[in-house]
Amino acid sequence: MTGQAGIVGPGVHEYCPNFDTRVTLHWTAICITSRVTRPRISAPSALCLIALGLWSASACTNDRQSGSGIASARSLGGTLSAADPVELQKDDGQWIMPAKNYSSTRFSGLDEITTANVRQLGVSWTFSTGMVAGHEAAPLVVGSTMFIVTPFPNIVYAFDLSKPGAPIRWQYDPKPVGASKGVACCDLVNRGAAYANGLLFFNTLDGRTIALNAETGQPKWINQLTDVNKGESITMAPLVVKGKVLVGNSGGEFGVRGWLTALDAETGTIAWRAYSTGPDKDVLIGPNFKPHYEMDRGKDLGISSWPAEAWRTGGGSVWGWISYDSELNLIYYGTANPGPWNASQRPGDNKWTAGAFARVAETGEARWFYQMNPHDLFDHDGVNEFVLADLTINGQTRKVAMHPDRNGLLYVLDRTTGEVLSAAPFGFVNSNRGVDMKTGRLIAVDEKKPTQGVVTHDICPSAPGMKDWQPSSFSPRTGLLYIPHQNLCEDIEPMPASYIAGTPYVGASVIFKAGPGGNRGVLTAWNPADAKAAWTIKEPFPVWSGTLATGGDVVFYGTMDGWFKAVNARTGELLWQFKCGSGIVGQPITYRGPDGHQYVAVLSGVGGWAGALVSGDLDPRDATAAGGWGGVLGDLKKVTTRGGMLYVFSLGGGK
Amino acid sequence: MSGPGGRVRWMALPLLVCALSTAGCERETRGYKGPPAAADRETIVRVSPLEPGGPQPHADVKSPYQENAWGIGEGKRLYSAYNCAGCHAVNGGGAIGPALIDDKWIYGAQPDQIYATISQGRPDGMPSFGGHLPTQQIWQLVAYVQSMAGQVKQTTAAGRNDDQMGALPESRQSPQVPVQTGHR
Repeated sequence: MTGQAGIVGPGVHEYCPNFDTRVTLHWTAICITSRVTRPRISAPSALCLIALGLWSASACTNDRQSGSGIASARSLGGTLSAADPVELQKDDGQWIMPAKNYSSTRFSGLDEITTANVRQLGVSWTFSTGMVAGHEAAPLVVGSTMFIVTPFPNIVYAFDLSKPGAPIRWQYDPKPVGASKGVACCDLVNRGAAYANGLLFFNTLDGRTIALNAETGQPKWINQLTDVNKGESITMAPLVVKGKVLVGNSGGEFGVRGWLTALDAETGTIAWRAYSTGPDKDVLIGPNFKPHYEMDRGKDLGISSWPAEAWRTGGGSVWGWISYDSELNLIYYGTANPGPWNASQRPGDNKWTAGAFARVAETGEARWFYQMNPHDLFDHDGVNEFVLADLTINGQTRKVAMHPDRNGLLYVLDRTTGEVLSAAPFGFVNSNRGVDMKTGRLIAVDEKKPTQGVVTHDICPSAPGMKDWQPSSFSPRTGLLYIPHQNLCEDIEPMPASYIAGTPYVGASVIFKAGPGGNRGVLTAWNPADAKAAWTIKEPFPVWSGTLATGGDVVFYGTMDGWFKAVNARTGELLWQFKCGSGIVGQPITYRGPDGHQYVAVLSGVGGWAGALVSGDLDPRDATAAGGWGGVLGDLKKVTTRGGMLYVFSLGGGK
Repeated sequence: MSGPGGRVRWMALPLLVCALSTAGCERETRGYKGPPAAADRETIVRVSPLEPGGPQPHADVKSPYQENAWGIGEGKRLYSAYNCAGCHAVNGGGAIGPALIDDKWIYGAQPDQIYATISQGRPDGMPSFGGHLPTQQIWQLVAYVQSMAGQVKQTTAAGRNDDQMGALPESRQSPQVPVQTGHR
């Protein structure tokens, strides 16, 4: 797919790529002043030798990746720091991965803060990150240390919780290259780090996975996994399972070929890589692959469900969440949208994009796959969280994975087989009529299918879906799933997309609008057992933050205009709120401090795809700005400003 | 003991010293006299209006298509074909890259500055298209980008959007007074 200029696209390839002499002249002008004009031989040879040695020594130490960790002798807080993550994730005093635990419940049993006393919450301490992009990360707490990762340039801070004001223990600046900002579709976000066995793992926007010594901030290894010139980046939080660090690429809007990779946690070397498109051997599909539905069975569907070669630039990146069931020894994750958005350029089911994979943790071997959105028409990635629980459904206890998809359906899957147990809309949907329970296939609504060159109006939900990346929480006490989400529809006109490596591969003009009722956001408490909402809270702005559920029956979430809220987990009654400095798109967490008391922490700092109008200072006079948000969130610029701040709350905090 | 072999080794030493001093000499060169500063003035594209010692005379560079409706139309087509729209939004409101219809310009709103930005790229994400696109096309893109913020004559700018109306067509965009902010 490469022409003379490395560029092929409709209506452009006929132009010959003349080398531009004007540009050459500019560069010559820059170079000429530094050119050595008069060679001379004079220096004594001994001096030359010494200088040569010094030069080579200095060149060797000039390593961009050498890091800037500041050593500290303090401990993370006792013996827990070395414990196995399978045990550590169960401790409600700590929060060692963004989803709290491998089941991704984002529930902590801590119950000092209750529905009765949550009104006494106050700010215990704060920290300014100095960054203006969207702060989507979850803070982590291991022992008496808290860790945060900022948006680009992805600086990691460790705070000492045992001291007043939680001073910085160390900081690490990975110095990602600025060019990676040009291939980040949806603001320069990072969704957090993961801790295991004394190491802190995180990803950089320019596609490196880095393991830091959690005590000192010194890098143990660094692995460059992506190529910016292919449009790749990394925004997801890694997950560490059985000594493997699981990392996926971003770039579904750049025609990348999506993958999930496992790195050896001790060395950083690649143990396996599972692509989301292409031949079965690349997708790690073998004899033990047993999808529940016929539509997902067949040889090399990752090639045959695409037009020739289109799978090579077909997306299916892996930028969302991974869950792990240690009993079944399976990991669960979703693949992102196929590329380009203009679906007429990729007839076929576009395997294995916009679906869910179950794989063996150690080997990556695929066990089942279920495609929520075959031949996705709406940028409906399948990357949202899979919340694992054992639920009683029709009198039977089932091992399920709950998945609120972009397409507006809340899937309850049997996580041993991939069978759909229920798929019910958790908001207003007019682009599909649910799932054919026999075939497992999404039932599309013909009049809402986009057509190239035609504007199709009022498709609900919109491209970011009923719900985007922002993770739900699940309380085993209430049996409810707390889903933060949008209520948006869209007008869309697909247009021809040219594949030019390193540039966007989208092909659509999209404008979002508020859904029925006019409120653009909702917090839905969903009862997965009877597939109905228990209660909902309407919000004027999309709820783009994660939610947190606690043993005190309090649910926390943030709003894009800066309110951090606590509601009653059983009724949805607003119990407490605090106005933060900037809109909240982060993931709240809770932990037990060294003083034995419960704390709640969240990053404020508006941004992400929904907040890019503010963080990127975009112009909503163009309704297609920020990929469609210009049409529906222009007022966000009037109610909040950019800027990151970590807030930590406790009962009586600040007093 | 100095046999023939030893002599060869002994003679090799000055050769080695000579070779090393040659290798080190370029680093030690002092080129005190280079071409005069004025030699650059014809071709330099200034991205900053702040010039030490005061501003030098500056010849205004225009896009050859600035007053040419066809060229601007071509620029509009290329803006979509080369995926500029993917980063700066279909109608220039911005997304991954900054907005182009507003009055804020990070690297300058002058035609030669826009040309330089497209051709050279910018280290915070703007790809470098120089050498990948013909000069003619870059100038067409420059003229179109100018039209997006109302910087060309209303009668020359595009009068309609061929696709979904995300914003007013360029001929109806309110002319902006560009400010070089240096940041988003």
